[in-house]
Amino acid sequence: MNPVNYLYLAALLFTIGATGVLIRRNAIVVFMCIELMLNACNLAFVAFSRMHGNLDGQIIAFFTMVVAAAEVVVGLAIIVSLFRSRHSASVDDASLMKL
Amino acid sequence: MENLIALLIAAPLLGAAVLLTGGRRLDAVGHWIGTILAAVSFVFGAILFADLLGKNAEDRTLIQHLWTWIPVEGFQADVTFRLDQLSMTFVLLITGVGSLIHLYSIGYMEHDERRRRFFGYLNLFLAAMLLLVLADNYLLLYVGWEGVGLASYLLIGFWQHKPSAATAAKKAFLVNRVGDMGLSIAIMLMFTTFGTFAFGPVLGSHEKPGLVEGASEATLTGIALMLLLAACGKSAQVPLQSWLGDAMEGPTPVSALIHAATMVTAGVYLIVRSANIFNLAPDAQLVVTVVGGVTLLFGAIVGCAKDDIKKALAGSTMSQIGYMVLAAGLGPIGYVFAIMHLVTHGFFKAGLFLGAGSVMHGMNDEVDMRKYGGLRKYMPVTFVTFGLGYLAIIGFPGLSGFFSKDKIIEAAFAKGGTEGWILGGVALLGAAITAFYMTRVMLMTFFGEKRWQPDAEGHEPHPHESPKSMTIPMIVLAFGSVFAGGFFSIGDRFLHWLEPVTGHSHGDSPVSALTVTLATMVVLVIGVAIAYAQYGRRPVPVVAPRGSLLTRAARRDLLQDDFNHVVLVRGGEHLTRSLVYVDHTLVDGVVNGTAASVGGLSGRMRKLQNGYARSYAVSMFGGAAILVAATLLMRAV
Amino acid sequence: MSFPLLTATAALPAIGAIATAAVPAARRTAAKWLALLVSLATLALAIIVLVRFDPDGARYQLTESHAWIADFGVRYELGVDGIGVALLALTALLIPFIILAGWHDADPLETGSKRWRPTQGFFALILAVEAMVIISFEATDVFLFYIFFEAMLIPMYFLIGGFGDRAHAGSDEKAAAQRSYAAVKFLLYNLVGGLIMLAAVIGLYVVAGNFSLQEIAEARANGSLDMATNTERWLFLGFFFAFAVKAPLWPLHTWLPNAMGEATAPVAVLITAVVDKVGTFAMLRFCLQLFPEASKWATPAILVLAVISIIYGALLAVGQRDIKRLVAYASISHFGFIIMGIFAMTSQGQSGATLYMVNHGISTAALMLVAGFLISRRGSRLIADYGGVQKVAPVLAGTFLIGGLATLSLPGLAPFVSEFLVLVGTFARYPVIGIIATFGIVLAALYTLVLYQRTMTGPVKPEVSAMPDLRARELLVVAPLVVLLIFLGVYPKPVTDIVNPAVKSTMSDVHKKDPKPEVEAAK
Repeated sequence: MNPVNYLYLAALLFTIGATGVLIRRNAIVVFMCIELMLNACNLAFVAFSRMHGNLDGQIIAFFTMVVAAAEVVVGLAIIVSLFRSRHSASVDDASLMKL
Repeated sequence: MENLIALLIAAPLLGAAVLLTGGRRLDAVGHWIGTILAAVSFVFGAILFADLLGKNAEDRTLIQHLWTWIPVEGFQADVTFRLDQLSMTFVLLITGVGSLIHLYSIGYMEHDERRRRFFGYLNLFLAAMLLLVLADNYLLLYVGWEGVGLASYLLIGFWQHKPSAATAAKKAFLVNRVGDMGLSIAIMLMFTTFGTFAFGPVLGSHEKPGLVEGASEATLTGIALMLLLAACGKSAQVPLQSWLGDAMEGPTPVSALIHAATMVTAGVYLIVRSANIFNLAPDAQLVVTVVGGVTLLFGAIVGCAKDDIKKALAGSTMSQIGYMVLAAGLGPIGYVFAIMHLVTHGFFKAGLFLGAGSVMHGMNDEVDMRKYGGLRKYMPVTFVTFGLGYLAIIGFPGLSGFFSKDKIIEAAFAKGGTEGWILGGVALLGAAITAFYMTRVMLMTFFGEKRWQPDAEGHEPHPHESPKSMTIPMIVLAFGSVFAGGFFSIGDRFLHWLEPVTGHSHGDSPVSALTVTLATMVVLVIGVAIAYAQYGRRPVPVVAPRGSLLTRAARRDLLQDDFNHVVLVRGGEHLTRSLVYVDHTLVDGVVNGTAASVGGLSGRMRKLQNGYARSYAVSMFGGAAILVAATLLMRAV
Repeated sequence: MSFPLLTATAALPAIGAIATAAVPAARRTAAKWLALLVSLATLALAIIVLVRFDPDGARYQLTESHAWIADFGVRYELGVDGIGVALLALTALLIPFIILAGWHDADPLETGSKRWRPTQGFFALILAVEAMVIISFEATDVFLFYIFFEAMLIPMYFLIGGFGDRAHAGSDEKAAAQRSYAAVKFLLYNLVGGLIMLAAVIGLYVVAGNFSLQEIAEARANGSLDMATNTERWLFLGFFFAFAVKAPLWPLHTWLPNAMGEATAPVAVLITAVVDKVGTFAMLRFCLQLFPEASKWATPAILVLAVISIIYGALLAVGQRDIKRLVAYASISHFGFIIMGIFAMTSQGQSGATLYMVNHGISTAALMLVAGFLISRRGSRLIADYGGVQKVAPVLAGTFLIGGLATLSLPGLAPFVSEFLVLVGTFARYPVIGIIATFGIVLAALYTLVLYQRTMTGPVKPEVSAMPDLRARELLVVAPLVVLLIFLGVYPKPVTDIVNPAVKSTMSDVHKKDPKPEVEAAK
């Protein structure tokens, strides 16, 4: 199968993820969408690795997974503590930086 | 001998310092301190006068250098005094009349709780006036010039709880400042032209003029006109005459000393002192005569209409100084006579004012002549001394005013040409009006029926003669009014005395001296006769009649104050108010506007920071998208 | 190495400021005395400087020089010329009077008020300003000067904003708002000026390679440092703008009436008599020495602005209803005279301008401090609230009149000498401008006498009928100033002797000679 199709799929997944981040308010959903974007990138890396015939892309994909795992830990912690203090997981309720 | 000159000034200056800083402890003796120090100054003056008389006419100039005042690269002003015949004349007049008026004030101000301060101011005036006439350069003269202005300000406003007095004082100072501006510009012009403004180098003597000879006529005319502006301010000449009438708000001794005998004649002194400048600037001289002539008539007309005895006398002062200025404008023909009239005028006008003060003293400070009448029975000494002063001022033959005024009229004709005829005619006309208004004052005050009534609280004035301390100075001045003119004129004593300083020429009169004298006599009789017909034969109404248009205008000082009020005061108020507005809205507005627009911009920028994570994410994606697009675009190109 | 006298004159008040600030709050009076003693000691040092200074000696004397930021050629260089030493003496002289006059200005407000007024802070800030002003007069390194020129804004900001006049119309909140407006305006104006100057200072470094005034001036004089005409002009404008804000010159003046109106009277004196002098002083020292050609190029425009300042300031003073704002506008008029004298480029003008700085300091101090005593008695700054004070408090009225007469330059008092020198110096080169400026003397009489008439004369207003006359402390402040005004009016030679040689050097810096009189005296 043509590896370019994987790239199309990656772009599609990334777009879905990005749109989700921008329009959804539930922090958990936003978070899942971020994961979706990260994995879209991973797919692209792996596809590139296959196309170019070296392993760089696959190595980067592992890095990404590590970072994503760390991010999940921190992010979920934030969301949980936010939910505890505000009894809501909506990102719009956390607008403390507004003047 | 010249070391005495500084003492002339030091004595009254010491008096002023002691009296003004001494506090209440000196209240009991303050007036005597002031009077004695004025007399001390007079004694010094007399000693110096004797010394000058003992010298040859050419050597009668004493110079005393005290210290270097302002030394700056290329600019030097010294504190140096010059005593010559001209300043000597003034010194004697100032200290002599000054001492008498100090004496008079002891009685006149007896009931004033601030009498000590009054004497302090009087001493300050004497010191400043002496500095004015003794200074050896124009800048030092300027110090005296403004010093007398300050003393005049303080004394006019002496009863400053009265708003009218405070306003009059301020007005006098301000109008004088306009004149001072002239003096200041004149000094600056002298500095740039000659590099100095000391009398010696600039003026030289009348035979051998100093640096003035090297200057262009245009420059000299400029200097002379600026000096004239200064003289107009100080001597109440048109167009800066408006302050003198109001200055009568001051106590009467002040009016006598400052606003009749001495300070107001400073302008004449300035012109005569600067004779060598004016001699070389004929155009300026013409302006001087015109100013003198106009003021002579102006003052006389105003004097005819005033019912306030002091203001009538003030109009007369203005008019008499007009004579002096006219004479000074005639050049060497007139200088000596200007000063001679100045001295005799000093005697009789001071006497008249003191007489007026004496009348007011006896009449509960009433100044309206329509409420006097028949006072000769109640105040014989005042009547006689005032009467002699009256005869002197109208130029009754044999009295002081006759000699000095007659000479001026003669000199005016001697100017020659149409100019001479016009000036002479004006001077003659002035003499007639003088006779009219002075007779009017005399008749309204001392003759006729008594017209005073009880005041609002039911106190009827009880006219009485004034105490000795007041009558003695009046008697002395009356002597001066009677004999000074004759004494000066016999053998041309005054002429010979002053000639070495001012120079003198006889001019070329188209009419003989006798004709002039006769003409003067005729106009005098006419003036007296009209006044008698109007005020002597008919009873004087207590309430002033409406009068003709001219009378009404003259009562309002020929509308000059109204003009000033409308143009300068109102105009000035509008100008300052609009400038305050402009400063607030425009100048400050630009700054505040800048601040506000920066603030507004920041306010708008702030709205972008709404705190929603999603909107920040949008801007991140947007930014990333633009970056990617830009990169691709760059690559494509 | 000799004793660093100049450093000491600045260090003493600086240390004094820290010590005063450290006095515990309960010992308020001790802090006042400490500040007064420090200012008097500084005055003693200044007198030593004055005595040690030889007018006919080298141009800069008592010099000190140490490397400071070697990488940028910044040195700690001090030295005074005649102009600097005169202003140094003026500053050291005025501060004790300012402290004494403000003795009770920073006392805690009556109980119940929530506002906190650190008394020690007030006096510490005054001493801090003194230290910075003094070092500005002494610095011969452009960068060193710049630092203190800017730094003095900070204590001034707190003095204006933190210790306002208690006499105000309306509520506490409104007064606080006006005060902070005035303080911020003062700060912003001067910061903008300073910022532009900073750019010019950096530009100067780029062109010249160091910051030493003497080195640069010398290099400029002997031609080894050539500046392009435009470069010189831009640098000049950068410096001049900052000084013109500080001086202040029309149309950059509007901060002064606000600042002087809202500050207490002693602080207002500090602003106009001391701090603003740094601006005019710096024009003489930096603008003319560093950029002689550009100075000459800008002269006509500056003279016009100066004349506008003179007339405009005086006219606005006439229109004021607030005593302190009136004095502020009068000061703007006077600064116009000073700047005019500097840029007339004649010996008389520049000597007169320097003398004017000294005399204006003394005369404004006399007038403003008495006005402050008056205001503190009645609790109002509005002229209309007074009347007939002369009858109730004659000594106060008398000293007020003398201060006023000094402000209108009455001959015989010190300001006359300087004003006339400035006028004559200007007239010698620019007659028309000289004559227009002369109108200022009439307007000065107008605003002074109107002020005096409305407050002091007339019927006694009931509100002032119980007003006490000057107290001993207040008389102690005013009397020496009055004596000085008279003394320097009659005998200004001690000051002119110091100033003249310095002016001569400045004149040769700009390659200008006095115009010759039309008629030579050699005849």
